[in-house]
Amino acid sequence: MRLKIKNPQDFWCGIFFVALGALALYLSRDYEMGSALSMGPGYFPTWLGGIMIGFGVVIGALAFKIPGDEEAIRALTDWGFRPWLVLPATLVVFAYLMDAEVGFVPSLIVLIIGCALAHKDVHWLETIVLSVCVTAGAVAIFIYGIEMPYRLFWWSP
Amino acid sequence: MEDLLHNLIFGFGVALTLQNLMYCFLGVFLGTMIGVLPGIGPLATMAMLLPLTFILEPVSALIMLAGIYYGSDYGGSTTSILVNLPGEGSSVVTLLDGHPMAQQGRAGPALAIAGMGSFFAGCVTTLFIALIGPPLANVALKFNSPEYFSLMVTALVCASVVGSGSLLKSLAMVVAGLLVGIVGTDVNSGKFRFTFDVPELTDGIGIAVVAMGVFGMTEIVKNLAGPEMTKTILQGKIQGLMPRWQDLKIAFGPILRGTSIGGAFGPLPGLGGTVSSFASYMVEKKLTKDPSRFGKGAIEGVAGPESANNACAQTTFIPMLTLGIPGSASMALMLGAMIMHGITPGPQVMTARPDLFWGLIASMWIGNAMLLVLNLPLISIWVKLLQVPYRLLFPIIMTFMGIGIFSLNTSGTDVMIMAFFGFSGYILVKLGCSFPPLILAMVLGPLMEENLRRSLLLSNGDPMIFFERPISAGFMVATGVLLLLFIAPAFRKKRRQIIVED
Repeated sequence: MRLKIKNPQDFWCGIFFVALGALALYLSRDYEMGSALSMGPGYFPTWLGGIMIGFGVVIGALAFKIPGDEEAIRALTDWGFRPWLVLPATLVVFAYLMDAEVGFVPSLIVLIIGCALAHKDVHWLETIVLSVCVTAGAVAIFIYGIEMPYRLFWWSP
Repeated sequence: MEDLLHNLIFGFGVALTLQNLMYCFLGVFLGTMIGVLPGIGPLATMAMLLPLTFILEPVSALIMLAGIYYGSDYGGSTTSILVNLPGEGSSVVTLLDGHPMAQQGRAGPALAIAGMGSFFAGCVTTLFIALIGPPLANVALKFNSPEYFSLMVTALVCASVVGSGSLLKSLAMVVAGLLVGIVGTDVNSGKFRFTFDVPELTDGIGIAVVAMGVFGMTEIVKNLAGPEMTKTILQGKIQGLMPRWQDLKIAFGPILRGTSIGGAFGPLPGLGGTVSSFASYMVEKKLTKDPSRFGKGAIEGVAGPESANNACAQTTFIPMLTLGIPGSASMALMLGAMIMHGITPGPQVMTARPDLFWGLIASMWIGNAMLLVLNLPLISIWVKLLQVPYRLLFPIIMTFMGIGIFSLNTSGTDVMIMAFFGFSGYILVKLGCSFPPLILAMVLGPLMEENLRRSLLLSNGDPMIFFERPISAGFMVATGVLLLLFIAPAFRKKRRQIIVED
């Protein structure tokens, strides 16, 4: 009998959880286990990691038995890479700029334009106008309104 | 009885200070505003606005957050009545008859009856909380570690069983949430766990950061990745807000029944507004003489579910306030906010911080009154807001999320963590998992570990302690029965019809 994955969504979900559980076990390897009577720092995470792997295996195994419905199958084929990658990447850049104290205004402009790129049709003029307006609004609310202590530009004090 | 009156007057004294009134208003207003935006549910709204409340003092912060909570819920119903957008959660039910009403030119009465029903439910359940809170807290004061641990297990399993999607996945998400909760410094040994040598992680991961990632960001990615939303916004002015006398007469029964259903469901973990709204809708449809009117603009179909939803929203506070155990993800966020403000949740809150407990309860009543008074005149503004295209809206939302999270600790690391949870959260969405169990478990994680440790210490390491103490055993048996019920096929079939996002 050949095994066939009947529900790819559940199959990958199982793999994901097994990997997560394994990661937990790996990270907990140096934490002292202790015993039930006096639990060490590793006791709870190790158990959780093990349980996680158990759940992952069962979920993954059932994927060979129970076929997925239409929605489950479509979920994986129709991924939507653009917003999924662009939004987190933009946030990381924003975080970096803010940490580097480049200034509130340029960081926000980058954030807004970056986010707008996640949409499948980008209207450049509109995006630029939007970024200026939202930045102005945010400066009014956050810097002048509730007085957050961030500099506006890199040359500001 | 006298005590109750005395306590309520004390509570109103706290809630009616100018400052707290203002924050209550601000919460209700902002909550409704964000909640009105299509595709943003109450959870995402709360997560987004959570950082705003951190700069306030604890009582004001919780009052504002509570305002955001029921404001966003109400905003969601406004959207589903005016726009034919199947939002998530409870507004799905309101849509069934609310939108047809709007199409018949009766958007005004639909919104008004929703508001009135919610207000009525809010009044009744506020009293209910005030009545049942103190005795429940007294019982809970007798709880020891094993009882707490078992109660938490029950709450988590319950939330997984009634949640949407597969039970196994929900339970796995619970474990994932517990693992996220471990990140940080172990209180017992002082050891850093799961911190990846990032100094910011030694304090643990903030609930706002995770909630914003998994609810706010994944929601936006989902909306952008999916097909363009087609909205049919009601054109023209909304006229005649006031329902007819006849409408009120028809709606009274459903409001009453909805309030009881929602009020009873609220305190049970996991049973959120959606389940109560559905239950109320089904009851009304059964009771009516002419069920064929349902789905075509029957006012009962708006009045009942809306009351049930609001009643449920209020009574979910009961386990959070009296036991310190949240029953839903929204309450987990409230609990997270409490912890952030240095308040240890639990039954002792009522005696240690009576201003907080009674002030919050009184503010619920005030907030509901505000919703009723404010929202009806503001509807035209909400309609305008609905006309803003999504491609302009989402960068604005992302901006506020980014600033909000950065300002928590003035740290870009938090923003990156949010980005990480948004990124991996979307994978989990695609794999068919839902997040309320994760958030719930994340908040409960450290408490669970601590109570497990203490319980096992009490019992010399014997896990049977959870089954030997009567109250704890009761919780465990209830959990087992629940799981068995779930495995029974009849129940599973019914459950599929109910989608929970609370």
